[in-house]
Amino acid sequence: MNAQQRTSTYNFAYLDEQTKRMIRRAILKAIAIPGYQVPFASREMPMPYGWGTGGVQVTAAILGPNDVLKVIDQGADDTTNAVSIRKFFERVAGIATTTKTSHATIIQTRHRIPEVPLTAGQVLVYQVPNPEPLRFLEPRETETRKMHALEEYGLMHVKLYEDIARNGHIATTYAYPVKIEGRYVMDPSPTPKFDNPKMHMSDALQLFGAGREKRIYALPPHTQVVSLDFEDHPFEVQRFDKPCALCGAEQVYLDEVILDDRGNRMFVCSDTDHCESRRAKGYRGELGGAQ
Amino acid sequence: MNIAAPQASALQDDSIEQPLLSVRSLTRYYGTRIGCADISFDIWPGEVLAIVGESGSGKTTLLNCISTRLPPTSGTVSYSMRDGVLHDLFKLREADRRFLLRTDWGFVHQNPADGLRMAASAGANVGERLMAVGDRHYGHIRETAIDWLDRVEIDAGRIDDQPRAFSGGMRQRLQIARNLVTAPRLVFMDEPTGGLDVSVQARLLDLLRGLVNDLGLAVIIVTHDLAVARLLSHRMIVMKDGRVVEQGLTDRLLDDPQAPYTQLLVSSILQG
Ligand SMILES: Nc1ncnc2c1ncn2[C@@H]1O[C@H](COP(=O)(O)OP(=O)(O)OP(=O)(O)O)[C@@H](O)[C@H]1O
Ligand SMILES: [Mg+2]
Repeated sequence: MNAQQRTSTYNFAYLDEQTKRMIRRAILKAIAIPGYQVPFASREMPMPYGWGTGGVQVTAAILGPNDVLKVIDQGADDTTNAVSIRKFFERVAGIATTTKTSHATIIQTRHRIPEVPLTAGQVLVYQVPNPEPLRFLEPRETETRKMHALEEYGLMHVKLYEDIARNGHIATTYAYPVKIEGRYVMDPSPTPKFDNPKMHMSDALQLFGAGREKRIYALPPHTQVVSLDFEDHPFEVQRFDKPCALCGAEQVYLDEVILDDRGNRMFVCSDTDHCESRRAKGYRGELGGAQ
Repeated sequence: MNIAAPQASALQDDSIEQPLLSVRSLTRYYGTRIGCADISFDIWPGEVLAIVGESGSGKTTLLNCISTRLPPTSGTVSYSMRDGVLHDLFKLREADRRFLLRTDWGFVHQNPADGLRMAASAGANVGERLMAVGDRHYGHIRETAIDWLDRVEIDAGRIDDQPRAFSGGMRQRLQIARNLVTAPRLVFMDEPTGGLDVSVQARLLDLLRGLVNDLGLAVIIVTHDLAVARLLSHRMIVMKDGRVVEQGLTDRLLDDPQAPYTQLLVSSILQG
């Protein structure tokens, strides 16, 4: 894309160098202590908080001129949010962007992890609204910090207990809590629990930025990520009855699409790049049309 | 430090030769004002000690210092851990202290909302300590919660209700169950019947007395109500202006008070 047309009134990637250094220090600390929430001096960004300012700041701090950026929102590259963030970085950093997972060096995401396994050298940047997994039952920040410090995580299971008591099974489907390397409990951001296993032992570096809450946390490559559960209610990912209606993919996360006002619907890949790549290779689902 | 997961509490042979808890010269100032001063006593396994005195006499201050919820200005509190050794509680690591608080100890607040998770179900309130010490079997946690609700006379059908929907007496009984589920050896109580109607108080006291006897619990209970002290405690400490004015066996102290202040207290309750 228009890689050469960077708006020169801004410093590269919008943030000044000092701010980027401050954020990089927080990122390095986060990488050194996987799953630990590092406070950082979150800056105002030219977009509202709900738009992933934490992720944007992390991306801005790690971006280099040769990086190729992909931005997804719920798995799609073409939503307003994803498009604006991609445009933002094209304008303030003049970098190349892509929708292809395998071409990207940095992928900023809201709510999904791509279906294709990420590879060494890639960085996945999560936009995080609520970084504190203990907040649900413990509103006091001083107390949650102490609980992390002392590994007092009984409350996480209280939450899962309540889930089973109310629904007969663990009904938490997104922001499903994980334990990192047997130490810190972490909120994986509102990704579906379907994606939790992808975080485990990933070859890619995973960075999490929460702008409003001013926290950064990280999973270095090859980090153990275990979803919390009970012995008699083990962790399970969502299952879908049918493959993707467009590309026929199985074992991927599907979104429901309403087709008309008579209740007809179809289930399609939430990862649009994955779906398109498969169709380009000739795969078809039941509503995918002729080959 | 190795603190074993709690087993059924009992008077073990080796624990009988030394006090469970030992308080020496405990003093707490709030600025220049005395909270409590120069308090010393021991409590033995299975013993119930009542701390009585008028409002502002320092009962809560003392209880909070002993239970490590409040740092004392000076003095020591030692506790016989499950390794059989007396440890100075304020020299323990904070992690060990907090572990003690939610396993080997209980703390029953006057206001149940201070001791319960009001936004969690009754079952979760009882099960929390089990989960905190690593129980990862839902079925077992639930069974134990049902058993404890039964023991504190809460209908098992209420297990998924939040304490918000409970009466004051039920909340207090739930708070007690939540504390006892890990079979603690020592329970602190600050005016546990304080905010309740007289008839509800009587039922709760009855229940408490039964549980304390059955479980062989050691209890340190703060109350300004001598009737509560008489019903529950073996021994009493009478406080005034932050200091102990008299201590001794409850029966002896109530029948034959020595200090003029205790005499006054006892006669005022006798006169109703
Ligand atoms: N946080 C505090 N800051 C300053 N002074 C305090 C504080 N808490 C208690 N005090 C003072 O310490 C003294 C003892 O108070 P404490 O609450 O221990 O008494 P109490 O016997 O529990 O009274 P009550 O029966 O009313 O609960 C009182 O003079 C009180 O005003
Ligand atoms: Mg008090």
